[in-house]
Amino acid sequence: MIEGARWRKWVFFYVPMALFLLFLLFPFYWMVITSVRPDGELYRPWNSINYNPFWTWKPTWDHVRYLFEETLFASWLWNTTFIALASTAISLVCGVFAGYALSRLNFPFAGSLGTGIFITYLVPQTLLFIPLAEIIRNYRLGDTPWSLILTYPTFLIPFCTWLMMGYFKAVPRELEECARIDGASRWQAMLYIVIPVAIPGILSAGIFAFTLSWNEFIYALVFLSSPEQKTVPVGVTSELIRGDVFFWGPLMAGALLGSIPVAIAYSFFVEHYVAGLTGSVKG
Amino acid sequence: MGQVVLKGINKFFDSVHAVKDVNLQIHDKEFVVFVGPSGCGKTTTLRMIAGLEAISSGDISIDGNVVNELAPMDRDIAMVFQNYALYPHMSVYDNMAFGLKMRKFEKPEIDKRVREAADILGIGELLKRKPRQLSGGQRQRVALGRAIVRHPRVFLFDEPLSNLDAKLRVQMRVELKKLHQRLGTTAIYVTHDQVEAMTLGDRVVVMKDGLVQQVGEPLELYNQPANKFVAGFIGSPAMNFAAVTVAEANGSLIAENSGLRIKLPKETAQRLRGHVGHEVTLGVRPEDLTVAGSGDLDHPCFDAVIEVVEQLGSEILLDMRVGEGVMVASVEPTARVKVSDKLRFAMRPSGLHVFDAKTEAAI
Repeated sequence: MIEGARWRKWVFFYVPMALFLLFLLFPFYWMVITSVRPDGELYRPWNSINYNPFWTWKPTWDHVRYLFEETLFASWLWNTTFIALASTAISLVCGVFAGYALSRLNFPFAGSLGTGIFITYLVPQTLLFIPLAEIIRNYRLGDTPWSLILTYPTFLIPFCTWLMMGYFKAVPRELEECARIDGASRWQAMLYIVIPVAIPGILSAGIFAFTLSWNEFIYALVFLSSPEQKTVPVGVTSELIRGDVFFWGPLMAGALLGSIPVAIAYSFFVEHYVAGLTGSVKG
Repeated sequence: MGQVVLKGINKFFDSVHAVKDVNLQIHDKEFVVFVGPSGCGKTTTLRMIAGLEAISSGDISIDGNVVNELAPMDRDIAMVFQNYALYPHMSVYDNMAFGLKMRKFEKPEIDKRVREAADILGIGELLKRKPRQLSGGQRQRVALGRAIVRHPRVFLFDEPLSNLDAKLRVQMRVELKKLHQRLGTTAIYVTHDQVEAMTLGDRVVVMKDGLVQQVGEPLELYNQPANKFVAGFIGSPAMNFAAVTVAEANGSLIAENSGLRIKLPKETAQRLRGHVGHEVTLGVRPEDLTVAGSGDLDHPCFDAVIEVVEQLGSEILLDMRVGEGVMVASVEPTARVKVSDKLRFAMRPSGLHVFDAKTEAAI
């Protein structure tokens, strides 16, 4: 709360927040405007008369139609969704079990293993794609969704493990101890007690993993070649930028439509996530 | 049957000797309280009985069977934790039913036991609620209920009342005692609160730095403390201690320091015959001090200056300066005393305790 004169509220809260929102939402606004702006207006130089970059009076669905009819955008959407969901599922399962083991079990080298897993996350994809390309080639996975479903976990699993480790550490040990005294085996204690309590953490890890897979570019560019196999980020940039010609309209439409599933996922799960947090781990 | 025997129990955490050679026999239906300051090893001992902590050496037996290697769930015990440890995603009913479900009890039996326990604890209307919708006292009852439904051989309590406010703590203490009287199951209770220990325990085990200082009934610990630590720990306000030298004067023994010069009563003098010329620690409880009147002439007396008067309603606590030391006396609420009064106080002879200056053991 900002007490005091009204001007303080404006200067320290409303104005900065408005600027911040403008800064964040402007790209989406620009994408929307460009997607519905006719070609005539798109390719006009900036010093021509009636140049209006922020609005169009003749919106058109041509670009969207072009996107769906002249390109394989629908396939790209499906590919990206399938690949993102599959790699998220694999990474979550591994991340949850690894996170539980590293945060709860005492075994030799537990600390070093945790650090090691985290360090692999730091190796940049721009380096890792070279040896991975060789592996993909040897196993003849090139140009298939599996080349991505099996390589995305290389950066998703460390991330999920790390997130889940932090979350499991926050679940009080007494909950599990109580469950074990009550008659649950370690497996049952994990399944019936720890995991349900850690659902907000699992959801956040899932959302981030999904987003990371959805937006991934390098591996998708290197491992996929046929247009039908491509994902949205790669398909949109490779098919709609030919040489030095930018098909801005469909390009922006593709970018916009490609962002929507992630936005929906966030908006749906964030509510659940917050509700889960305000529950109580402190029993 | 719930007889628990601890034989030579030791626990090491790396090089820290947390529990040192604990030997104890807890009888069936007994309510035993482990009490002591933080870090004394009482919770570690409880966790070893529960099976949550491995035993470094020694044996724990329940009903004659050594349970060292048994998993917690096979020991037929139930535990109530300090912060209740209720499963936050389950309703009260499911919390209480969880243990029985894990042991594959039939649904009707589960239902019967849960409702029975809920009736005993008065939480029948809360069965559908989640823990976050309950108050502290209600959560604690659910934790108790979760333990009761299992019909275990031994109840283990790890400071269950510590998280409750003072008034609720007093109320729950009484309820716990009634519960134990009703159920008759052996109970092992850990607390740092000596009032809980005195009021709840059939026997009390006082621990310090991993060692058992004394085991006995509450009144025994109060009247015959084995050492200075037990004497100072049990009883509130705590016992007053004064370092004195034993000397002979006119054929009887006196104890003196800068502020005291008292003639020791016969039986105390008998015990101190061998300590003439040495320093000992004198102990007297605040409630054994009275403002000296005409009837206290042959009681040990000393002068003191009142520094603080604490009016409690049922008694008055007087913080006073005795020579270079301080003492606390508890007098009747009608006493007319005020700060900086110089008064003479008498010690009740039966309330005089003496401890060795070096070993701190009772003489």
